[in-house]
Amino acid sequence: MRIPRSVVQKIAFSALTAIMAVTILTILTIITFIFWNGLPAVSSEFLFSMPREGMTAGGIWPAIVGTLYLTLGTAVIAVPIGLLAAIYLSEYAPDSTFTRTIRIAIINLAGIPSVVYGLFGLALFVLFLQLGSSILASCLTLAIMTLPVIISTAEEALRAVPQSFRVVSISMGGTRWQTIQRIVLPQALPGILTGVILGLERAAGETAPILFTGASFFLPQLPQSIFDETMALPYHLFVISTQVPGMPVRIQYGTALVLLVFVLVMNLSATLIRSYFRRKRQW
Amino acid sequence: MAKRRKLFETIIQFLIRACGYSTVLFVAAIFIFLLQAGLPALFEASPASLLGLRWYPIESLYGLLPLLFGSLVVTIGAAVFSIPLGVATALFIAEVAPRWMREVLKPFVEILAGLPSVVLGFLGFLVLAPLIRTTLNLPTGLTALTGSILLAAMALPTIVSVAEDALDAVPKSYRDGALALGATKWQTIWRVTLPAARSGVLTAVMLGIGRAIGETMAVMMVTGNAPQIRWDGLFFPARTMTATIAAEMGEVAGGSAHYHMLFLVAILLFLISFLVNIIASSMLFRAKKRAERMLS
Repeated sequence: MRIPRSVVQKIAFSALTAIMAVTILTILTIITFIFWNGLPAVSSEFLFSMPREGMTAGGIWPAIVGTLYLTLGTAVIAVPIGLLAAIYLSEYAPDSTFTRTIRIAIINLAGIPSVVYGLFGLALFVLFLQLGSSILASCLTLAIMTLPVIISTAEEALRAVPQSFRVVSISMGGTRWQTIQRIVLPQALPGILTGVILGLERAAGETAPILFTGASFFLPQLPQSIFDETMALPYHLFVISTQVPGMPVRIQYGTALVLLVFVLVMNLSATLIRSYFRRKRQW
Repeated sequence: MAKRRKLFETIIQFLIRACGYSTVLFVAAIFIFLLQAGLPALFEASPASLLGLRWYPIESLYGLLPLLFGSLVVTIGAAVFSIPLGVATALFIAEVAPRWMREVLKPFVEILAGLPSVVLGFLGFLVLAPLIRTTLNLPTGLTALTGSILLAAMALPTIVSVAEDALDAVPKSYRDGALALGATKWQTIWRVTLPAARSGVLTAVMLGIGRAIGETMAVMMVTGNAPQIRWDGLFFPARTMTATIAAEMGEVAGGSAHYHMLFLVAILLFLISFLVNIIASSMLFRAKKRAERMLS
């Protein structure tokens, strides 16, 4: 007996809808679960004080500050390089074998496992360049890891700017750089910003690259310079959930929640910037 | 004035070029520094011991096979979960959902991509592992299966996002043609749209799997980290290559055989990810070429 094709369609569409529902529910469950269990732990003392009694009491302030430092440091290094590289690829690069090599390099950078970045950072920045285990070494490692995300999204945003904009600017006597700086970049800014935030979001949540390049188990004080080690939220969560026996679950969930909020805020702002400017755009 | 501007232009263009070239430099630097620290391992351990079945650095046993096996089991498990889920989700978003819903669903799934792997690992350790231990009646919940499920969650957004783009890029005329011939909507999706987007969907799958092979923290937290090879390995602790590096690098003396060996593992990971990404992107490139041919 052949099943009527309208029935097949019904079954197929119901299956697709069910799978979509499972995906959505999984994401919602993860987020609400962490909020539900983590919120009771969060207080101003938890957020703004130093850990006490072997981290089983007190707050996570140094980890929060550390993650802020690492994210900012990564941005300072990765954004200019990434942006200029994207400008090169979109505005200057000829269609040549070498350009294809650059593209392959970017694809490859995007695929390298984060722990391999960690080893590379250890070998190059910590040992070879003798930066030691430090914020600087971690930021450099995270920056190289973040580059491919920034480059590919920024390039896409730059390429989306209509060619006629450039032609008009050049015909009015603008130089190539003036055209890029005053016409192309402002138009592509929202797209670039989205890419930068998404790249930094990844850097903020990563543990493996900072494991051997600058993350510290516990520090009695905040880092004083970029050559100090630092605590960081992801590494702290890893430490207190697997390495410290007798750790109160409340503090673990609280830390997970703070990290989650950190990346969710970045994620949400990237999404909002993208959709707001896409609606406003006139071309 | 004009002279100064000209100088400025020259400098900025030089910088732009340098940054563009720098990506090649970074990849080369990564490879060179891995080689420099990893190659000595080949002289310190005999090939026979590298192909041995035991990874036990304290006794200088550096068999890579159990680690490869661990990565393989966990990754295959993740693929089994994430490919059908990911492709189905992409199909729903691209073909079934109305336009407005698509604008909401895509960023929503991308939230999953932004979740730090430690957060997933933490939940896996605290919630999923006990659940797996009791429901499957296993001695421990820290198994390759637990890792596979977490990795599937991490590979999912990549698969959905890339596959959805591929489905969306299929020309509308294809669908219109199929519908005009009397096919149902589902027949159109299954026999026309999905086959037309297959290289993009394959790329999505490759990239998702590539992400799964390289994942470190979540896997290290939930797979139990016992290097062993067994046919029912999915239900027992496993040790992946990434977890081995992350777990052991901190305790190793710089320059020791063990240190070099961990870099050798990193070289392996680098080569695997290189291969996966090259294949994935060349598939996409070929698909683009084919589409251009068909349209012209």
